[in-house]
Amino acid sequence: MVKFLPLIPLLPLAGFLFNAGLALVATRRKKAPAEWLPSLIGCLAPFLSFVLSVGAFWVLRQNPHEPLITGPLFSWFSTSLLSVDFGFLVDPLSSVMILIVTGVGTLIHIYSIGYMKGDQGFARYFSYLNLFLFFMLLLVMGDNLLVLFVGWEGVGLCSYLLIGFWFTDAEKAAAGFKAFVVNRIGDFGFLIGLFLILFAFLSQSQGSENSYLNYSFMENHKEIFAPLATVITLCLFAGATGKSAQIPLYVWLPDAMAGPTPVSALIHAATMVTAGIYMVARLFFLFEMAPVTLSIIGSIGLATALMAALIGLTQYDIKKVLAYSTVSQLGYMFLALGMGAPVAAIFHLMTHAFFKACLFLGAGSVIHALHDQDIRNMGGLFSKMKYTGITFLVATLAIAGIPPLSGFFSKDEILLMTYVNGSPVFYILSVLTAGLTAFYMFRLFVTTFLGKTRHPHPDHIHESSLVMVYPLKILAFLSIVGGLVGLPHVLGGENRIHHWLGYLKEATEVPHQLELRLMVISTVWCLFMSGLAFYLYCCHPGWTKRLKQKGALIYSFIFNKFKIDELYQAVIIKPLLFISTTLLWKGSDQKIVDGILVHGWTKVATVSARLLSLLQTGVLGHYLLFLWGGLIVFLFLAVR
Amino acid sequence: MITIHHYLILSALLFTLGLLGAVLRKNILIVLMSIEVMMNAINLTFIAVSRYLRVMDGHVVAFFVMAVAAAEAAIGLAIVVSLFRTRQTIKTTDWRMMRG
Repeated sequence: MVKFLPLIPLLPLAGFLFNAGLALVATRRKKAPAEWLPSLIGCLAPFLSFVLSVGAFWVLRQNPHEPLITGPLFSWFSTSLLSVDFGFLVDPLSSVMILIVTGVGTLIHIYSIGYMKGDQGFARYFSYLNLFLFFMLLLVMGDNLLVLFVGWEGVGLCSYLLIGFWFTDAEKAAAGFKAFVVNRIGDFGFLIGLFLILFAFLSQSQGSENSYLNYSFMENHKEIFAPLATVITLCLFAGATGKSAQIPLYVWLPDAMAGPTPVSALIHAATMVTAGIYMVARLFFLFEMAPVTLSIIGSIGLATALMAALIGLTQYDIKKVLAYSTVSQLGYMFLALGMGAPVAAIFHLMTHAFFKACLFLGAGSVIHALHDQDIRNMGGLFSKMKYTGITFLVATLAIAGIPPLSGFFSKDEILLMTYVNGSPVFYILSVLTAGLTAFYMFRLFVTTFLGKTRHPHPDHIHESSLVMVYPLKILAFLSIVGGLVGLPHVLGGENRIHHWLGYLKEATEVPHQLELRLMVISTVWCLFMSGLAFYLYCCHPGWTKRLKQKGALIYSFIFNKFKIDELYQAVIIKPLLFISTTLLWKGSDQKIVDGILVHGWTKVATVSARLLSLLQTGVLGHYLLFLWGGLIVFLFLAVR
Repeated sequence: MITIHHYLILSALLFTLGLLGAVLRKNILIVLMSIEVMMNAINLTFIAVSRYLRVMDGHVVAFFVMAVAAAEAAIGLAIVVSLFRTRQTIKTTDWRMMRG
């Protein structure tokens, strides 16, 4: 099996090359190619990767303590200070990740065939999608931090390409740009973290081996990090806030909705945003050494979860609600990491990948039918789009944390860990957020699918094609059963994912009585909030309007996303623009560099030449005089 | 008694005279003549020093200078003639094409 491991990322790369070639030819000929070829290649490559991933998982299950390591495929670079080999590693953690990435990724690819039908850039779209998977697989499969970093940067690039896929629209292109720049800010922190890791090793290296960035090497020598652990982990976490959309760098994610909807599903459910969680879980042995960082991660995660959930309550764009819900759920995952429960985080990552992909694809199906994203123009779609409606409902129930769907188990585990390891305030706030999640998701579901149809042309609405509905069905099925891998002991399950990923962190023993009690609390609370949303938006739509009018000030503040974008605009972007335009460009560059150093010297040359040319009178006598004068001066100097 | 100093002073005077003529006069023929005067002043120096040191080198150089002076006069006059043909003037101030 190990021999086939490199194929898992390489197949999507091959798909990318093929489709990119097709897209180039199409542009040259100014004619879109037939769609079956790019869609066949584009879907086949991730599917084969998925099959291989399942194979790798199968092999790994025989002996989970022996990770599949390709070893150095080739030496990337090797110096006396540091050597880096290119190699892949599949251990239980990355096996879960590659299954999610390739599995959900394949479904999204298949769905895209229907969604992108007739688009000008069909082949280009599939090539980007495949490239995205390639980089994501590099990220999760690399056996050292530098390969991870290549994937890390690569998914940033692909998110830029895909979010700005319809780049003729200036606003969408700007959204891609924003995602890229915000990610780069985080990546800077990540890079510094990398350098600090190297610094920690180099300042006290003793052995002859110097593949410092290798995970196993790092884990075996983790005592070296002890003095620097907090700084290193904070820098790495800064990178994670960029990729995984946490405060303060989450601002790119809601704007990233400018891309095609399957892209949103891919970026926000299965791939890119999970990178930060994966990285922290992968280096958890390092994060464990820095309790300060863990508490910061937990606080930021909780704050993000709460804030995004509040914003999600007020949005009208179906994709924006889902975007803020993603930010909020990612906040949960970081909360779990901060509470020292990486397994719970990965578990939630997995279930979230299922139901969020399902939600996004369902939203895509609705948008595809209505050509509109505003939920105020929707309503009553349940009867018209039966399968979309049912799958959306299933995913909504899952994300709301209604048992026995997948979201319940994973979220409950996070709440449990928060209760056990965190302060009561943390627990109360996280339960509150869980209720808010249930509330805004049911608000979304009810306004979109129930009630009267508010769309101007209700007759045109029809269910999407089979190629779009089947992925939805599979994802809905996974959203239902996905939680069973983490069925806790208290409910008679085996909690397989805990055994599978147990090596990341020893599980804490919790009294069953307590676990059951917390479970009941959160279930009742989520059910109550779901029912409340159902009741309010279905039966008493006027009530929310009155509430909005009463709290108009707070409402508009939340509706405008806490004015965070405006704050960044005023505090960071404006001063930065001022410094770069007025000081650096017009001041320093144009006035000093151009004005004095470049044009100043030419002016000196021109003026002095003009002055010297006055000597050239053209009168023979003058020239002779200069000649002799010069000669005399030289003679004097020579004699002296 | 005429010493080497007399010769050298005379030669210096002649040279200065020639230099002034070459620099100040505007008639190109006079300028050429002044150059001849300067060359002869130098010749005088060579011969005087040669006699004084009792060697023949100065004499040899003086002959070379005479040859060069003759050639120079020939070429210079030819240039003057052709210049005169194009512009009908031999004043140096009328020939200012060399100006930058």
